[in-house]
Amino acid sequence: MFIIIAQLDWLEPFASPVAQRIILVGALTNIACALVGCYLVLRRMSLMGDAIAHAVLPGLVLAFIFSGSLNIAPLFLGAAAVGLLTTFLTQTLHQYGRVPTDASMGVVFTSLFALGVVLLKTYVSKIHFDVDCVFEGLLYQAGFDTFEFAGYELPRQLRTVVPVVIINLAVIFVLWKELKVSAFDPALATSMGISATLMHYLLMMLVAVTTVASFEVVGSILVIAMLIVPPATAQLLTNRLAPMIAVACVFAILSAILGYWLASEQVWNVDPSGAMVVAAGGMYALAVLFAPQYGILSTLIRNLQTALRILREDLLLMLYRLEEIDATKRMRPEEAVAAVGGGSLARWALAMLRHRGRIEIRDGRLHMTDDGRWRAARLVRGHRLWETYLVKNLGLQPDHVHAPADRVEHFIHQPLREELQKELEDTHRDPHGRDIPDLNS
Amino acid sequence: MRTLSVGRQSLLAAASRMCHEERPMIAQSQTSAQPAHATSHPPALEIHDMTVAYHRKPVLWDIDLTIPEGNLVGVVGPNGAGKTTLIKAVLGLVPLASGKVEIYGRPYEDQRKIIGYVPQRESVDWDFPVTVRDVVLMGTYGRLGWFRRPGHGEREVANRCLTQVGMRDFANRQIRQLSGGQQQRVFLARALAQDARVYFMDEPFSGVDAATEAAILELLQELRSARRTVFVVHHDLQTVRGYFDYVILLNMRLVASGPTETTFTPANLHKTYGGRLTILDEAAEAVRQRQPIR
Repeated sequence: MFIIIAQLDWLEPFASPVAQRIILVGALTNIACALVGCYLVLRRMSLMGDAIAHAVLPGLVLAFIFSGSLNIAPLFLGAAAVGLLTTFLTQTLHQYGRVPTDASMGVVFTSLFALGVVLLKTYVSKIHFDVDCVFEGLLYQAGFDTFEFAGYELPRQLRTVVPVVIINLAVIFVLWKELKVSAFDPALATSMGISATLMHYLLMMLVAVTTVASFEVVGSILVIAMLIVPPATAQLLTNRLAPMIAVACVFAILSAILGYWLASEQVWNVDPSGAMVVAAGGMYALAVLFAPQYGILSTLIRNLQTALRILREDLLLMLYRLEEIDATKRMRPEEAVAAVGGGSLARWALAMLRHRGRIEIRDGRLHMTDDGRWRAARLVRGHRLWETYLVKNLGLQPDHVHAPADRVEHFIHQPLREELQKELEDTHRDPHGRDIPDLNS
Repeated sequence: MRTLSVGRQSLLAAASRMCHEERPMIAQSQTSAQPAHATSHPPALEIHDMTVAYHRKPVLWDIDLTIPEGNLVGVVGPNGAGKTTLIKAVLGLVPLASGKVEIYGRPYEDQRKIIGYVPQRESVDWDFPVTVRDVVLMGTYGRLGWFRRPGHGEREVANRCLTQVGMRDFANRQIRQLSGGQQQRVFLARALAQDARVYFMDEPFSGVDAATEAAILELLQELRSARRTVFVVHHDLQTVRGYFDYVILLNMRLVASGPTETTFTPANLHKTYGGRLTILDEAAEAVRQRQPIR
């Protein structure tokens, strides 16, 4: 299978086992982050991940000092403890120091990080502390540093990453409704006995553990990015929590694959973890532009469609009213376009009306087809019923009701027309004395 | 206390059924000379000497209250009077500096399952990725307890509660597509799904149109006829008399509480809103217009 893949040029970077190991570790790390990240993003606490990622440093150093080793268990413990401490200090400072949450968060995490650096310099001089390594991690090691498991050669880093993915999945699965309700409505949750504070601490502990596990693998930037970017992307594309989490995980995986490809020798030849952040950011940008419901493009298209519909309706209404006044008079196309404001949109709207068979051009003049006339009558009916309603039921002056009706006419649909009709039984003339067209005739 | 099998019949039917079944129990516990409504069981809410403080600055002082069950209770007072705090303190969401709160004679922690809460609409994020039905289902979480998931029965309850507030057609909508009045109805449906005996609602009438206001009021009255007690933080002084049987007038201290008829008087309003003359005159006028001259 890999031979087939390797024959495709652009897939070449993925062909080696080293590549696959790096992608596997990267994808799982990203998933671990995205899982807890969804809750951070929904609670509008995205930067808490950043804060905790920094604040765990003294915990790690202390864990190292006391255990004397770089074993993962004491490091997790230290991280979880400092994660809780950060949360506690942030809350307490906010409550008693009378500073806003973001400020107390800033105070706590910078202080703890500084403390960590001091501890590191003072007590752990033997350890090589490499700034690049903190930023970018050691993802490339995944390709070479391996262990054997069930006949497969797997990256050693999986031993830290896989347990965290499992823990995160398990907590989210078991405490699904508790996490959901305390993220959406903490007061209700607490009043029902599901302590939102408890869930908050639990989540922060997960963030701390996830951060520490991912730190070594992918570095601090990727951790912070993966906590926030895939969930934010998923939020643009989904309407419910479970799909959001699933989609966030898909983006986490895609970031790893795409990032590795970007980082490969054939493309940029850079460190893979940085490239994974770029990939995640790129996909977020695409989602912002193209998301079907909340994307910029679809909003623009929706607005354009509405603008065109209103122009088409205005054109039909104008032709109908003209016919009403003088049945023999017909407009020229350019007059009609100018009358609704001119421009290419108006011309486009007119072309659409012709294309749809609502109007036709004979002897250089615009004529409504029967279908067009019926549709225009329906609009006029909505408009005049609304005017009548405003005068009769709200007591507005007849000369005040045309403008509001002009805006509303485009949005009066069948149910509302019927309701208005019921309300205004047997009204056949509007406040200006004009006929309200009957659609059945 | 019997547990309601809410999965099978309409909540209110269940509620009134429960009331029927309870009556003999009440009758046993009282002497025959007492009228039927003066039951001897504990009041829906009793607060003794409650003080609540933020940053050591008291926002509510020495509150003493006793509210009998089956009333619509308006909680009224100027901005910053501590209306929301009162509710949050009763629900254990803010700590008490002193005093004690009892619901049907027992502390709040024991009574969670018979309490319903409707927070202010603005207190939640309406962009949250949940549907209308998801939100209503949250009302069943308290009864479910930890770890158990809502199942078919709970979904039925949620659907029925949505029908009651006229939002059944919106069950699968994402909540960000709702108008203010619709959001309020969804919150109310969620409260109905809690199937509580005592409700605390923080401004359920804020930001809703007249039709929704009428619909909400009708629901509250139905709850009352099922012997529910409903506390409502309310702002519109003009409607207090029409809506509530009982009022709590609050301005950091308890100014007065009791049946609306005797408690919602110009003198008491004066004490509650003291100094704010425009509101005061408006209120006094409202009261005067609806009150027969004595």
